[in-house]
Parts: sequence; C-alpha cells; structure tokens
Amino acid sequence: MELHIFGIGILTWIVFIPIVGMIIVLLLPDKNRNAIRWTAAVATGIQVVLAGVIFAVFDRTKLGINDAESFQFVEKFSWITVEAVPWVGRIEISYFMGIDGLSVLMIILTSLISFIGVISSWNIEKMVKGYFALYLLLVTGMMGVFVALDFFLFFIFWEVMLLPMYFLIGLWGGPRREYAAIKFFLYTFVGGILMLLTMLALYFSVAYTDPATGQSVHTFNILHMMNPANYVDGGLLSGVDTTWRYVAWMALFINFAIKIPLFPFHTWLPDAHVEAPTPISVILAGVLLKLGTYGLLRINFPIFPDGTIYFMYFMAILGMISIIYGAFCAMAQDDFKKLIAYSSISHMGIVVLGIAALNTQGMVGGVLQMFNHGIITAVLFLAVGVLYDRTHKRGLNDFGGIANQMPKYTGLAMIGMFAALGLPGLNGFVSELFSFLGAFEAYKWITIISVTGIIITAGYILWTIQRVFLGKTPEKLTGLNDLTPREVLMFVPLIALIIFLGVYPSPAIKLMNSSLGYLVEFVTNGGF
Amino acid sequence: MVEHTLHSIGQFLPEIVIVSTLCVIIVADLFIKSERHTTGWIMLGGLLLAGYFTIMQIGRSEAVFYDMVAVDPFAVFFKSILILAGIFIVFFSMKSLELESYKPRIGEYYMLIAGMMLGMMMMVGSANLLLMFLALELTSICSYVLVGFTKSSLRSSESSMKYIIYGAVSSGIMLYGISLLIGVTSSTDIYTINEALIAGVEQTLILNISVLMIIVGLGFKIAIVPFHFWAPDVYEGAPVTIAALLAVASKIAAFGMIIRFFSVTFIDSAGVSASGVWTAIEGIHWDLLLGGMAALAMIVGNLTALRQDNIKRMLAYSSIAHAGYILMGLVILTSEGLTAIMIYLFIYLFMNLGAFYVAMLFLNKAGTESIEEYKGLGFRAPLAAIALTIFLVSLTGIPPTGGLIAKLYIFGAAISAGWIWLVVIAGITTVISLFYYIRVVRNMFFYKPDENAPEISFDLTSKLILFALLIPTLFLGIYFAPLLEIAKSSISIIGF
Repeated sequence: MELHIFGIGILTWIVFIPIVGMIIVLLLPDKNRNAIRWTAAVATGIQVVLAGVIFAVFDRTKLGINDAESFQFVEKFSWITVEAVPWVGRIEISYFMGIDGLSVLMIILTSLISFIGVISSWNIEKMVKGYFALYLLLVTGMMGVFVALDFFLFFIFWEVMLLPMYFLIGLWGGPRREYAAIKFFLYTFVGGILMLLTMLALYFSVAYTDPATGQSVHTFNILHMMNPANYVDGGLLSGVDTTWRYVAWMALFINFAIKIPLFPFHTWLPDAHVEAPTPISVILAGVLLKLGTYGLLRINFPIFPDGTIYFMYFMAILGMISIIYGAFCAMAQDDFKKLIAYSSISHMGIVVLGIAALNTQGMVGGVLQMFNHGIITAVLFLAVGVLYDRTHKRGLNDFGGIANQMPKYTGLAMIGMFAALGLPGLNGFVSELFSFLGAFEAYKWITIISVTGIIITAGYILWTIQRVFLGKTPEKLTGLNDLTPREVLMFVPLIALIIFLGVYPSPAIKLMNSSLGYLVEFVTNGGF
Repeated sequence: MVEHTLHSIGQFLPEIVIVSTLCVIIVADLFIKSERHTTGWIMLGGLLLAGYFTIMQIGRSEAVFYDMVAVDPFAVFFKSILILAGIFIVFFSMKSLELESYKPRIGEYYMLIAGMMLGMMMMVGSANLLLMFLALELTSICSYVLVGFTKSSLRSSESSMKYIIYGAVSSGIMLYGISLLIGVTSSTDIYTINEALIAGVEQTLILNISVLMIIVGLGFKIAIVPFHFWAPDVYEGAPVTIAALLAVASKIAAFGMIIRFFSVTFIDSAGVSASGVWTAIEGIHWDLLLGGMAALAMIVGNLTALRQDNIKRMLAYSSIAHAGYILMGLVILTSEGLTAIMIYLFIYLFMNLGAFYVAMLFLNKAGTESIEEYKGLGFRAPLAAIALTIFLVSLTGIPPTGGLIAKLYIFGAAISAGWIWLVVIAGITTVISLFYYIRVVRNMFFYKPDENAPEISFDLTSKLILFALLIPTLFLGIYFAPLLEIAKSSISIIGF
C-alpha cells in the first residue's frame, strides 16, 4: 500500500506538515495572533484528515512487525551512506518510515489529540508565536516516532521532543514550572542516553548482506535488527540470552519506562502535569506517555525476544505496582491535576500488564488501552483546564455543586470520568477487560491483585465527582459560565469516540489484530 | 638538494603566506594607525590566501624539507579547520568591544594571532620531534602574550602570568621527555623512532618515563585532567576572542599533533591489523592510562562546570570535558577512533566558537559575563539567545544538532572497540552536562527582563557571523555524510 500526494509520501506529509506550519508561524508577525492560531489549527487539521485517509485505506490483513514487505505507506530513502574503506565498513542510515497495525492507531490518536490541543490552546495569550512554533515542533517529533523504522530516525524524533516540551512547561507553566521542566528534561535525557548507547551497540552487532553487492553493511534499520541471522559473529549483542543482551534490554526498558512512566521512574510526571499548561498536559498524557509503551512494543519486544521473555514477570510486577500504587496516590490527592496524573500512572500500568502477558488478548487490550487512555485523559485534563480558566483553582475541595452551574460541562466531564473508571459501555472498560483477561492467562495472582486497582479507581473517581460536581456550591463559585462553543468543539470528538468505542470497539481492534497476533507469535518463538 | 628545497617551498605555501601576512601586518601597523580594522582585514586576506593554498594541497601525500614536514590529507584537514577557526576569530575580534580600547596596539594583536596560526599549522604538519616542539612553543608563546593583551585588566595580566608559569613548566617536562626519547632511539624523526622502537630498545624504563613526560606536556596543551588547572583562570582572564581561540583552535592543533605523534611513533604499522595498537611501547597500559585521563576529564570538567557563574569559566570547564570525550577516540587509536575525533573537532569548532561568540556579543551589549545576569536576555535579544541555546544544546549532544553526531561517532567508536565502561562514564557525564548548559538557557528565557532594560539589537554583520556558525551546527546534525567522507579520506597519515 502506497499513497503519494504531489509525489511525496503520505507519512512524510503527516510528519512534516507541522514543521511547515511552524515555519509559517515563525514568519508571521507577532501581533497577528489569530493568524498564528489558525495556522497551527490548519496544520494539525490537515494531519487529522491525513490520519482519516490512512484509517480508510489501511489494509487490515497485513502483518508488518518484522517484515518490510507488509509495512504500509513505506518510504525508504538512503539518508547517509558512506562507502566502505578498509577499516570502516559501509555505513547506512536511511529515511525509513512505514506503519503497521501497531502504529496506525497511535497515528490517529496523535493527530486527533494534537488538533484538540491547538483548539484548547486558543486562549493562550502569552508569547503566542513561540508557543505555537514549539507546539508544532513537538507534534512533528511525536508523529515521527510512531512512523520511524530506522533506529537513528526514531532516536532523532524521540529527542527532538525534549526541547519544545522543556520550554512549553518552563515558559507557559505554573508557579513551580522551572523545577518541573528541568525534572522532565533530565529524566527523559537519561533515558535518551541509555537508548543512544544501546542503539550504537546494536548498530555494531548487526550487519546485513547487501544482495546487490554482497557487502556486509552495518545498519540502523530496526527490521534488520529483529533478524537473528543478521548479528555478526562476536558482536556485543550477538547470540541469545547473553548477559549483554539482557543489559541492553534493560537499558532500553528504563528509557521507555521513564516515558510510560512506570513505577519507580514515575516521579517526574505529577510535577510536569501540575505545572504544564492545560493543552500541554493533554499532549503529555494523551500522546507522550504512549511513546513509552509503543517503544517497548516496537523495539524491545521484537529485537530482544529473549530478554522480553526473561523479564516478562518483572514487567508484569512493575505494571501491577504502578496500577495499585498509582491508584492509591490518586486517592490521596487534593489537586485535580495531580489526581489525573496519578490515575495516568495507574492506567498505563494496565497497558504494561496487558502487553507483558505476551498473548494476543493482552496485547490487543494493551494497545487499545493506550488509545483509550489517550482519549480519556485528554478529556479529563481539558475538564480541569475549563474549571481552572474560570476559577483559577485546582483544589478538589475548592469546588462543589458545579453540576448546577455548568450542566453541559458536567455532562461531558462525567462521561470522561466514568470512562476512566471503567464503566461498561464506555471505551475504558473494553480495553481494561482485554488486558486483564490476557494477563490472567499468563499471571494469575499478579492479575488478581492488579484488578483490585479498579476498585480503588472507582473510589477516587466517585469521590472526585462528589466533591467537584455534586453538593452545595460555595459562595465564590456562583455565576460560572457554561462551555463556550470552542470548548464544546474540543470535547465532542473525544466524547463521541469514548462512547462509540465503548459500544462497538471492533473497528479499532480490526486495525491491529493481525499485526499484534503476529508480534506475539514472533516474540514467543524467540524471533523466528 | 636545491631542487628538493625548492620543491619543499612549493609545498609550504600556506605557512609562507601566514609568515608574509605577519610581516605585512607589522609594517602596516607602523604606517596606518587611524583605522582600526586595517590590520584585521590584512590578517583575513592572509588567512583566505593560506586557505586557498591549503585546499590546493588536497590529495598530496609527501614529506618535504627532508622529512621534517608532512603534507598529507591529515595535515590538510587540520590546517583547513584551523584556518577556518582563524577566520572566525578575526571576525570576532573586529566585533569585540573589549579590544576597542586597545585600538592603537591592535596591529600587535593580529601579528600575534598570525604567529599563533603559523605555530598551529606547523604543529599538525611536523613529522619531527624538534620541529613539533618548536611549533608548540611558537603557539604557546604567542598565546601567553595574547592572553595578557588587555593589559589594563588585572585579571588578564594575572591569567597571562599563570599561563606562562604553567606552560613553561610543562614545556620543560615535555622537552625533557623528548630528549630522553631521542636519546633512547637516537633520532628526532618520528618514523625513524618508530622503526627503532619496533626493532626494540633496551632501556624500556627510560622509554616509558619519556613517553609519560611527553604525555604530561601534551596533556597540558589540551587541558586534560589532571593538567587542566590553568584553563579556567586563563579563559576567564583572557579576552573572549582569545579564550575562544585557545578553546577551539589551539585544542584542534594539539589534538592533530598528538594523533600524528602517537599513531606514527607508537604503532606497529606493519602489524596494525592484528593488535598493533601501542605494541611499540610495552610496559604500561597506555590505553588504560589515556582512558583514565579521559574519564577523569569528563567527570571533573562536567562536575566543576556545574558550579560556575562566569560563562567563560563555564565554557572552560566544558571544554575540559570535551577534551575528555575527544580523548576517547585516541584511547582506541584505530581508524574509527581517529575518524571520530576529526568529526568531533570539526563540529566542536562551530558549536564552541558559537557559544563564545554569543558570550562576546552579550558582553558587548549587556556588559556581563555572569550567567546569573543573563536573566531576561532571551526577551531582550531573542536571536542571539536562541542561537546560544542551539549551540549549548549541541554541546550537550541533543538532536537535531551537530553535537549529537560528534558524540555518536565517538561513542560508537568506543563501543565497537569494547570500551564499555568508558562510554558509560561518557554517557553519565553527558547527562550531568545538561544541567549547566540548560541553566544558561533557563536564565535567558525563564525570567522576565527588567522593565527599563532596553532591547538589544545587533548590526547585520554580527548576525551574518552568527548564522555562519549556526547553520553548520544545525545542518551537520541532519546531514553529515560529506563530513564523514572528508574525515575518512583525511585519515591517511603519510607512511600508512
């Protein structure tokens, strides 16, 4: 499957359209704020359209994962090729993009959340030009990670997100934004260095034979790294079940676990969420966290099947701890944003538990949970943002009786809340069910303990609803305006998805089912 | 014999041009006092001409002046980037306000820079221990004077004094080492020494001591731990332009000389494919010694930089750390390692000069070198502040900047040679370095400027120079294949 627009592949368009937007934003005059906002909206809007096109024409039967032939919308160009000299073998880095069932949902999620983030950024008045330029750069980075099939390209996109995020939190954030920004930067940078070193070790261990010339070529191609036959004799990461392979697995895992964030690497997240402006929280929870689990599935699982099997219990236990611990922490929060941040940790734990089960049900549940959680937390953070815009408060105990004041808002926010709680009929239920079903097959006790997290989740969500929406309205909070049309616009698509996927999840599942089934088979067979 | 000399002179044109420039500057300085930039333009013209002749040497590979000087791709590569650095420094100097008050003596300044350029170009080309030492001393002595050029500034004079004392001692030690090495092998030519060493020398103890002493002397020049104590004081006291020259050009030259010296003298080139590295001088684990020094430099440089408030001092410690990263390539001493060094130095040139340049612009316009006082500069001078951010991000090694590529190749070379512990230290210290680089960025952007602080604007040429540094820094992060090709084709040292 290939699709070109004006001779340029659709993936290049979807990744780089925000960069085009960024350049236009930078060229526009400072004063012209609405033009800047509209540019960003159009750029991300085009992404949504392109994602829709991809959704429509995506071939649900093709497998992908390690087979270059069955990736779709593939674009592959030689980026850097240096011919061999006696000492240094041929060096190859390519601009290699493609998607399969694993990435297609993430692309839809990224484009949608980015677009809604722009709408929610409409009321940002401080340094509008800089804000949207950085925002668009961030979107390119996120989208790029989901389509890159060359490790070097993947790494570049991964790290490109750092600086925009640092500035977006640090310049437009709350009172402790500096601390939160540097903490975010530092955690992710540590992970980035670990990934850099592992990537280099992989590079020197992997060489495929170029069919045209018969030369042995070192490569950053992720698909070549999945083939055990491509590992050179005596390479650091050659062989199966070696200590170095476990070390490399662990280094990559820590990098991704920081992003997920998985206990005990999670402490940056509450700080970042609390300080970040609303749209950035939405992006952070909606897309950025998914990069971590996506990285595990795209890189750790297929490149190191031996390490994945060796550490599967370890992953499941960390998932379990995150579920329970995140839920308990959420219960203890007074700050609305912190509560959602910890609930994110808990819900991402479910993803990890699901994919660690290494069976199709768990895997499908995990990836669907990534998508659903992205939608649900986006709604929740938008809901907090709406309240904060009106009252400049985030403390749960500051509110009460909002339901009388803002009925439309309450209705929409409550749907999000119930979806987070896992109410049947809404999307969160489906993916949690699948994840736990899959996990139960693999780990009985770990799953049983994890499921108690659902009860705690129900506890804190219901308590939050009671404290914020129900009860008597405090004197100060009377006369709040209900949602403006712009705000309704940003809620509606997400709420529609929440309900639709809750009732009828198969369009999403069909997208990824065959790829993920193949991934499970591939990993459990040890990469053959 | 005459023919050989004449032929040699033909191969020595870049250096000859620099010497002539030096003379022309002296004369011009006598007659043209009024116009400040005249001598600067002469210097620039000389550098450009020398650059032209250097580029004409591409592809040549021979030894001239009776094997004293090598004209090979390796030397040409280093000479080219030295000249490039020199050109930037001259532009910086024309823009520097610090030098404005020394207008009547500015001819001396450029004359000394010409002397230093000559020394540095000889350093990377010479294939004879005595010539190497002479070139090194020429460079050093010019730089002592240049550091103290702003002589009404106490700090400048003090740092010059410190520099001389440290420099003299280390030169002495190094010369002693050289004399021992010459005594043991009875030759001053590094190729002959190599043959003698491979044939085997009896006084291995003296040999080891002599090499150690040479390493001390060279370690001083590249400011590697534990011989780095002079660098922060000197960088802080010297005019920014000279600090930049020392941090970039003189370091590039020293590394060029060290690579040639080590890889010619101590490698068993016949058996290089086997485990030829360092086999010519057994007795000490030289790679481990250098690896330890590299690790120390990365750790000490980065940790100490954390606590600095003066930007030049911070950059001094950061350049100590970078010397550590570069030294990793030397530890391996394979072609991969040396290629990585050359890539690193080339990118380092742009990003580090860029950082110094913005520091100088801020000194000119905002009158401060203190990082604390950079607060709000991001709003007063957005362009320069964004540029500085990119340079610092590049020094950290975050894509899409050249700094990542530099680190990528050095780390890659070390990993492929199995130096995992060294790479892990390099990785950890890279994370540490993020702290102090990003602190500058934070101060510039996360604080509002004073209400009445004026906006800072720069003239067109200042901006052009900035872009000339900025564009390569960014471009090399995205497309670096040409640099790779150049570095790989420049790796060949004559005789290999």
